[in-house]
Amino acid sequence: MSDKKKLPAFLSDKKYRGRLTSFSMVLIMYIVIEILMNTGNLSSLFTSLLVPVCCYIVAAIGLNLNVGISGELNLGQACFMSVGAFSAVCVSGSLASSVPDVPRLVISMIVGAILAAVFGILIGIPVLKLEGDYLAIVTLAFGQIVKSLITNMYLGIDEAGYHFSFVDNNVELIPGGKMLLNGPMGATGTQRISTFTAGVVLVVVALIIVYNLMFSRSGRAIMAARDNRIAAESVGIEIVRIKLLAFGISSCLAGAAGALYGLNYSTLIPAKFDFNTSILLLVYVVLGGLGNMNGTMIATIILVLLPELLRSMQDYRMLIYAIVLILIMLLTNNEMVKTWIQKAYLRLSTDRKGR
Amino acid sequence: MLKITDLKVSYGMIEAIKGISFEVGDGEIVTLIGANGAGKTTTMHAISGLLKPAGGGIMLGDTELTKIPSHRIVSMGLAQVPEGRRVFALQTVEENLTLGAYTRKDKAGIAGSMEKVFELFPRLKERRKQMAGTLSGGEQQMLAMGRALMAEPSILLLDEPSMGLSPLLVSEIFHIIVEINKNGTTILLVEQNAKRALAIADRAYVLETGLITLSGTGEELANDERVKKAYLGG
Repeated sequence: MSDKKKLPAFLSDKKYRGRLTSFSMVLIMYIVIEILMNTGNLSSLFTSLLVPVCCYIVAAIGLNLNVGISGELNLGQACFMSVGAFSAVCVSGSLASSVPDVPRLVISMIVGAILAAVFGILIGIPVLKLEGDYLAIVTLAFGQIVKSLITNMYLGIDEAGYHFSFVDNNVELIPGGKMLLNGPMGATGTQRISTFTAGVVLVVVALIIVYNLMFSRSGRAIMAARDNRIAAESVGIEIVRIKLLAFGISSCLAGAAGALYGLNYSTLIPAKFDFNTSILLLVYVVLGGLGNMNGTMIATIILVLLPELLRSMQDYRMLIYAIVLILIMLLTNNEMVKTWIQKAYLRLSTDRKGR
Repeated sequence: MLKITDLKVSYGMIEAIKGISFEVGDGEIVTLIGANGAGKTTTMHAISGLLKPAGGGIMLGDTELTKIPSHRIVSMGLAQVPEGRRVFALQTVEENLTLGAYTRKDKAGIAGSMEKVFELFPRLKERRKQMAGTLSGGEQQMLAMGRALMAEPSILLLDEPSMGLSPLLVSEIFHIIVEINKNGTTILLVEQNAKRALAIADRAYVLETGLITLSGTGEELANDERVKKAYLGG
């Protein structure tokens, strides 16, 4: 009989270990930040970044589900955030006088998530039938379309109901009414109801959804379809349906993240969710590791905070940002650098034992 | 059990299968032999629904398969082992096998099937926790076959199981094919290795550029002068 204690199942099994790390990471960070905030030790810059970081994490986790697990490239994750953000702003603006903050935030986020998912599924149905990187092309185009649409959209509300226009602002409102969407100026005068706690809850919900999907029968089927389409079809997996599931959840999470993001600022312009934001989200995913949710979270946190924390260095900050990007890439993906570090670590640890 | 009548398959303008008819009876091993580009894999893909035929009929028992999407054909008792050892490289042997039973819901039955597969391929059992991509070529072929068997098919389609394997492994694979057949599974085997295929086949068809040119029992074809000359090297 060996007296070595056996680890409980949830620690020894790889699939539970990843989950445990994620949730404890989120929990510890939440507690630390709450303590810092309540004792007044958090700068206002840092505090203002808390909600956006949560939003980007959720959108990046969703994107990782689509790019890493399902293997379909998406270059328009930001536009699903955009759909979520502006629909949430409209919902929240319409309900402002009748519903208290917390339920209003929840309703807005749900509406944003559902609307983004509907858009995702509508694009996904024709595109995911094709093999290859067509989804990348179509999402890229969709991002531009959504941006142009919202840039030209005027929506106002008053006692008589909604007023909508696509042409120059010819929305006439009865005094007391207000504009929800204001063309290129986007949403203005939004009541800021997002909170850091809501952000953390959203991150946890996103993690639960993604992990449960990853280790379910459908999740294995999604990975099988990614690894080998023909073999997956030969065992009876319905490729389009299963890829659509991943893409739908991915855009749904982006929508919810966008909703939270939109309700965190009093003004929000449509150009905020452009192609650059989509690429940034993709950078978070790739640097964090395809299919690796913990890596995605860490990469997102570092890469969102870094440019802001380097603000004091002015002109050099983007240079440093780029160097850090390259370094992370080398450290995590370059076999030579990885083995060199491993060797150095081994030598260090044997040296210590030798003494 | 499986009856193909006047099957035609085209890739765009090119007609790859120009109207072939053949039959696979209950409990038989039937083989389709032919050279590269004869249309063997195309025929297989048409039967399993991965390709839409341009014409003709495919009957499995009393059901017409041409109108049924591929993911439903598996649950009707027809499983395919695709050409070229297509395993899910980034998943373990066990996960690969579980995916083979994707269309089934009965957990106890699936566990039973997995035991049967492990009996047939003891090597897979040793490597059950290993990533499929790290298996040797022969083991990957076994895994692909085991995965198809997890659906408990009444008929199994094997596409070039001997491709790229050493002679010793080819013998082992063919031995297992006979074993699977003895356990009650009908087999349609597509092969370039005509000698081996004809040796285990009850009946065989020769496919040449989209048409069936010869047919007969395995033994008849193995002794046929034309087959000998074209496929058996003498």
